[in-house]
Amino acid sequence: MQAPDLLASLPSEGSSSSFTPAEGAGRDTQPLLRIQNLTVGFAGRAGAMLPVLRNVDLAVGRGESVGLVGESGSGKSTLAFAAMGYLKTGLQVMGGTAHFREHDMFALARPALERLRGGKIALIPQNSGQSLTPTIRIGGQLGEALRLHSRLPAAEHARRAVALLTQVRLPEPETILRRYPHELSGGQQQRVAIAMALAGEPDALLLDEPTTGLDVTTQAHILELLRELNRQTGTAMLYVSHDLGAIARVCDRVVVLYAGEVVLQGSTRQVLLKPVHPYAKGLLASIPKLSDPRLPVALAGRPPAPGGAGAGCSFVERCAMAEARCRSERPPLLTLLGGESSRCHFHEKTSQRLPGSIRTEPVRIVADRSKPALVLADLSISYAKASLLDQLLGRRPDVPHTVDRIDLRVAKGETIGLVGESGSGKSTILKAVAGLLAPVGGSIQFGQSEALVQDVDHRSPEHLRRIQLVFQNPDDSLNPRHTVAEILAQPLKLYFGLSGEPLHARSVALLEQVRLGAHYLDRLPSQMSGGEKQRVAIARAFAAEPDVVLCDEVTSALDVSVQAAVLELLNDLKRDRGTTYLFVSHDLAVVRALSDRVAVLYQGRLCEVGPVAEVYASPSHPYTEVLLGAVLEPVPDRAPVLLADDVVELAPPARGCPFQRRCPYRIGAICETEAPPWQQTPSGHAIRCHIPRHELLGHGERRDPTTRNHARP
Amino acid sequence: MSASLVPAASGRASAGAPTLLVLRDMLARPSGATGLVLVLLHLVVAIASPWLVPYDFKAISASLILSPPDAAHWFGTDQLGRDVLTRTLLGGREAILVTLVATPLAVAWGGFVGVYLGLVGGRLDDVLMRVVDAFLALPWILKMLLLIVTFGTGIGVLIPTLALFYGIPVIRIARAAAHNVVARDFVLAARARGHGRLSIIGRELLPNVFDALMVEGAMRWSWMLLAFSSLSFLGFGVSPPTPDWGLMIADSRTYLPIAPWAGLYPIAALSSLIIGINLSADALAKALGVDRAQKAPI
Repeated sequence: MQAPDLLASLPSEGSSSSFTPAEGAGRDTQPLLRIQNLTVGFAGRAGAMLPVLRNVDLAVGRGESVGLVGESGSGKSTLAFAAMGYLKTGLQVMGGTAHFREHDMFALARPALERLRGGKIALIPQNSGQSLTPTIRIGGQLGEALRLHSRLPAAEHARRAVALLTQVRLPEPETILRRYPHELSGGQQQRVAIAMALAGEPDALLLDEPTTGLDVTTQAHILELLRELNRQTGTAMLYVSHDLGAIARVCDRVVVLYAGEVVLQGSTRQVLLKPVHPYAKGLLASIPKLSDPRLPVALAGRPPAPGGAGAGCSFVERCAMAEARCRSERPPLLTLLGGESSRCHFHEKTSQRLPGSIRTEPVRIVADRSKPALVLADLSISYAKASLLDQLLGRRPDVPHTVDRIDLRVAKGETIGLVGESGSGKSTILKAVAGLLAPVGGSIQFGQSEALVQDVDHRSPEHLRRIQLVFQNPDDSLNPRHTVAEILAQPLKLYFGLSGEPLHARSVALLEQVRLGAHYLDRLPSQMSGGEKQRVAIARAFAAEPDVVLCDEVTSALDVSVQAAVLELLNDLKRDRGTTYLFVSHDLAVVRALSDRVAVLYQGRLCEVGPVAEVYASPSHPYTEVLLGAVLEPVPDRAPVLLADDVVELAPPARGCPFQRRCPYRIGAICETEAPPWQQTPSGHAIRCHIPRHELLGHGERRDPTTRNHARP
Repeated sequence: MSASLVPAASGRASAGAPTLLVLRDMLARPSGATGLVLVLLHLVVAIASPWLVPYDFKAISASLILSPPDAAHWFGTDQLGRDVLTRTLLGGREAILVTLVATPLAVAWGGFVGVYLGLVGGRLDDVLMRVVDAFLALPWILKMLLLIVTFGTGIGVLIPTLALFYGIPVIRIARAAAHNVVARDFVLAARARGHGRLSIIGRELLPNVFDALMVEGAMRWSWMLLAFSSLSFLGFGVSPPTPDWGLMIADSRTYLPIAPWAGLYPIAALSSLIIGINLSADALAKALGVDRAQKAPI
C-alpha cells in the first residue's frame, strides 16, 4: 500500500520523481499515465469494503497504446475511469494513486480536473449515440468542445471543426456539422465522438469499448482510424475491450485483468501468441476462429465476486493446472525475461497443453437432405405501414420490403447460420417463422408439407410447441419476477399439462441437461450470471421438446468464455435431440463453429447460401468477402481487408443488386438495373452476383482493389 | 464492467425484493420512517379510538360552548360544547375506512384496464385513452358532485364513486408502466409460446408493474382522503353528528378567529395523515426503484 501522505499530498515535481522507476529520471521518459498500487472498492451490505480493483499498477507512455482486457466485472472500465480521477457512485479509493503527467488525479480539485478531462485526457465512450446530446447539432457540440478545451480564437472554431471531422474521415464534414446525432449512423456517431475527444489535442485517450455494438465492417474501419491517429498524433491510448481481436488491431501492449487484478501484461504478440497465464490462455481458446471449423473451448466457472477471492490466486477455481500452493498463496506479479509479467506460480508451465483444451468438431446430423424441417418460399416482410391516404385509396406503400423474397430450405437436423450486418433482416426472418410478424408475401412450410399459419394467435398448439425461440439477451427474455422453476413451468404446463411431482422432475431434468442443478430452481434471474441465465432460456425452449429452435444472436450478450460454453451446449443438445437450428448471428466466426450451412443476408436479400466450408473458403459473393475481410481475429500482425466503405444505407435500392452501392467490384450499369442471377454449384453453394463465379475470389485471396475501396496498401 | 456492482452499493432494495426488505429500506430513510410512523399512528387511533375517547362525541353542553383547552378538555370544546379531542380522535374513522376500501378497488380496476390497453394497443387503446383524457380534463369536484347529487351520499355511494374516479388516472400510469414491459423479449417469448392475453397479463405484466401500482396506490390514497374530506366539508360526505375532520373544519371555520382550537386540531390530524402517506409513498417509490432519480453522477 502507498503511504497515505502521498495520496493526500499535492502533486509537485519532487513527489512525482519519487515514482520514477529505474529507467531514469527526467519528465520526458516518464509515462503519461501512471496508476500505482491502486485499490478501489465499495462498501458491501455487511459494511466491509469489497475491492473491485486490487493493487493495480499500470503505466502508459507517450504515443503508446495499451489494451485492457477482461471479462465483464473484471474492473477494466473502472480502471480506465480511475485514470481520469473518476469513480462511479459508491466506489472509493482504498489505496494507491493515479497520475496523469504531474497531476495526482484523486487529489486534484474539481476545477483543475474539469480542465484536464475532455481536454488533455479525453474519453471515447462505448455508446456515442447516448453520449451525444440529441437536441444539439454536431456543429454545436463540437464547438462546445473547442470552446472549453482549445486555445484557438472563436473565429477559428468552424474551420477547426471541419478539420477534425476530416481527420476522422467523415465525408462532407460541412453537412455533418449541421446534422443532429440521430441523423448519423452508429459508426458516424462514433467518429464524431472521436473528433470531439480530439478537439483539445489530448495527450491521452481513454477508449471504453469504442467499437462494441457496431457492425464488423464499421468496427474494422473505426479501429483502422484509431490506429492511424495513434501513429500520426502520438496520442497515448488506453483501450478497454473484452474483444482480443480489436485489441490485437490497435494496441502495442496488452494488460489482462481478472477479478480486479492484473494477471498478465506484455506486448500484444507475447500475450496473444504465447500467453504465460492460464486465464489468458483459456480466454484465447474460447474465441471461435474463422480459420478453424471446430468449436471453441469453454472456460468453466465464473470469476469470484468482489471480495470473494480467497487468500490464494483469484483464478484458482477455474484453473486447470491449479495446485495446493495456488489456494494458499497469492501469486505476485512476476516480470519475466521477455519483459512480460504474469501473476502465476507456474507461469513456466503454461506453454504445455492444458487438460481439456482440445477443440471439438461440431456435430453433423443431417441424414437426408430431402427431408425439410422448414421451407421458406418467396418470403417477404415489410415494416412499412400504410399512411392514411394510402389506406383510403387502398394502396400499398411503395417502399422496398425489409425482407425480400427469401427462399431457404432447412433440412431436418441441419443448422443454418443467418449472417449479416444490423438491418440485414436476419432477426426479422426469425420473428416471421415464430409467427410474431406477418409476412406480406410468400409462405413458410413446416416439415414435409404442413403450411405454417402466419399469425401466432391462430397457430395450432402443436406447431407452437415444435418451433421455439431463444433470444439474444437473457436479461430481457427472462421475466425478472419469476424464479427458474416458474420460468420452466410455463412451457411444461402449457404444452404438456404437467404439475406437481412430474413438473418438478422434468424441470430438474431440463436444468441438468443445460448443466445447471436443481438448486437453481428457486433463483431469480438477478441471482444468476449472464451465462446461467442464457442456459435457463435455452432450457425453457427445450422444455417444449421442439423440432426447430430459432436462435437470435444467443451469444452476443455474453462474455467470450461463456459464449463458448453456450455453443458447446447447443451442439450437445443437437446431438442428443436431433434439433434443427436457425442460428442468427453477426459474428461470422461463431456461425462457422456451429453451422452446417450459411446464408448471407444483405438488407433483407440473400446474397449467398452454401455449405459452411465452401462459403468460408471458395469464391464468395463480394459482400461475404467484405464481411470476412473485416473480421477481427486475435492474431497480431493480421490486418483486416477493408474492401467496401462502411456507409450505411437506409433503404435497399428499388432495382438491381442490393449491394450495388457498396460493392467493391461493381461491373457497371447492369448492377443497378438487373437483379443478379443465382449461380449454383452441384454441392449447393449458390452466389447471387453478375460477376461469373470463376472470377469471384475466396477469403484470404487478395486482389488489387478497385476504385471504391479504402483498403490498406 | 463494474456497472453491475454499483447498484448493490447505492442502497435500494433490488427488484422483486421481499416485503421485509422493502420495509427495512423505507425505514432506513428519514422521510420513510417519519411517514410510516405517522400512518401507523393514525391507523391505530382509528381502530382504538372508541375505547380511547374521554367523552361521548354527541354530548352537547351549553355551558362549555367554545371553551379553550383546559385540564378537563385538552383540545377545548366546539360551538355546541362537544369535546374536540374526542371528535378529533374519532373524526378520521369514516374517511380512513372509505378510502382504505376504495383505494385498492381503484388501483385494481384502473391497473387492470391500463395494463390491458398497454398490451393490446391499437384502436381500442386510442379511443379509450382519449376518453380518459377528456374525463381528466373536467374538474373532479364537478363530476363528483354530479354523481352524489344523482345517487345520494353515504358509504354505499362514496366508495364506488371514489373508486371509479380515482381508478381513471391509474389507467394512465399502469398503461405507461405496461408499455415498458410489453416491449421486452419475455413478453414476446410468451406470445411465441402461445399463451393467451390474460395469462400474459397475469404472469408476465402484472408482476412487473406491481411496484409502480403500489406507489400509485399510496399516492391515490392521499388524494382520495383529501377528496373525501372536501366532500364532507361541502356537506356531501359524512352527515352530522358523526364526527369527521372535513365536517369539523367546515363547522369551526366561522369561529376560527375566536376559537382556533376547534378547527386547528382536525386540520392538524388530517394534514399529518396526508403528509405521512405522501412521505411513505415517496420512500416506497425509492425503495422499490420506481423513482429512479438519484444523486447526479459527479
